[in-house]
Amino acid sequence: MAELYIENFDDTELFEPKEETVNFILNYSKALKIIKRNSLEFEMLQN
Amino acid sequence: MKNVVITDALLVSDYIGGKEKSLSTLIERHKHKIYNFIYSKVYDRDVTEDIFQDTFIKVIRTLKRGKYNEEGKFLPWVMRIANNLVIDYFRKNKRMPKFDNSTDFDIFSVISDTGLNAEKTMITDQIKEALKQLVEKLPNDQKEVLILRMYNDMSFKDISEKTGVSINTALGRMRYAIINLRKVIDKYNIVLTN
Repeated sequence: MAELYIENFDDTELFEPKEETVNFILNYSKALKIIKRNSLEFEMLQN
Repeated sequence: MKNVVITDALLVSDYIGGKEKSLSTLIERHKHKIYNFIYSKVYDRDVTEDIFQDTFIKVIRTLKRGKYNEEGKFLPWVMRIANNLVIDYFRKNKRMPKFDNSTDFDIFSVISDTGLNAEKTMITDQIKEALKQLVEKLPNDQKEVLILRMYNDMSFKDISEKTGVSINTALGRMRYAIINLRKVIDKYNIVLTN
């Protein structure tokens, strides 16, 4: 099943995401903190 | 010196362990495949950009929550997330209010194109040609008045001066011209409509 998502897909590198999109993702990743308390999970975005 | 390729599984593991740089490597490694996969579905660069971003936000949240359990299958997993987001996008789009003609309200009644389309132009030309042929069949005095009035847009005063007849005579000829045209149209069942 997993292969269905990548098979028959032409790997021609036509487009790529904007640099700002990638930077946003990386910054989001750095800012996101998951805090677990008992059975609860909290998401925090830290600057 | 031999280049060592770090596997996706190891990068994911490092990222979960707090090494942010690993995410950058994973994105760099797979961004073209994921981005073009999304684009091949939506054919819109802005939408692709949004879905690409949302895909990785989901990836990050899942990894940081420790919910990722598909070791060694990072790319198919991300592709699956992207695919689900593409489906969501199309579902959302389908739900967006759209005008259709299934109700009494017809959007084209308010935004209709006022210009003539090719078909209408063709029909109008045919009607003009048919009418011209009918006018040609009229007696000369009636034909003259009708042409001056309808095609040259002259007043009956100007017509009377030009043709050397009284205004009443010009009006009478015009009246008979129209009556005769109607008779011919009725007799031969000619349909002049647009």
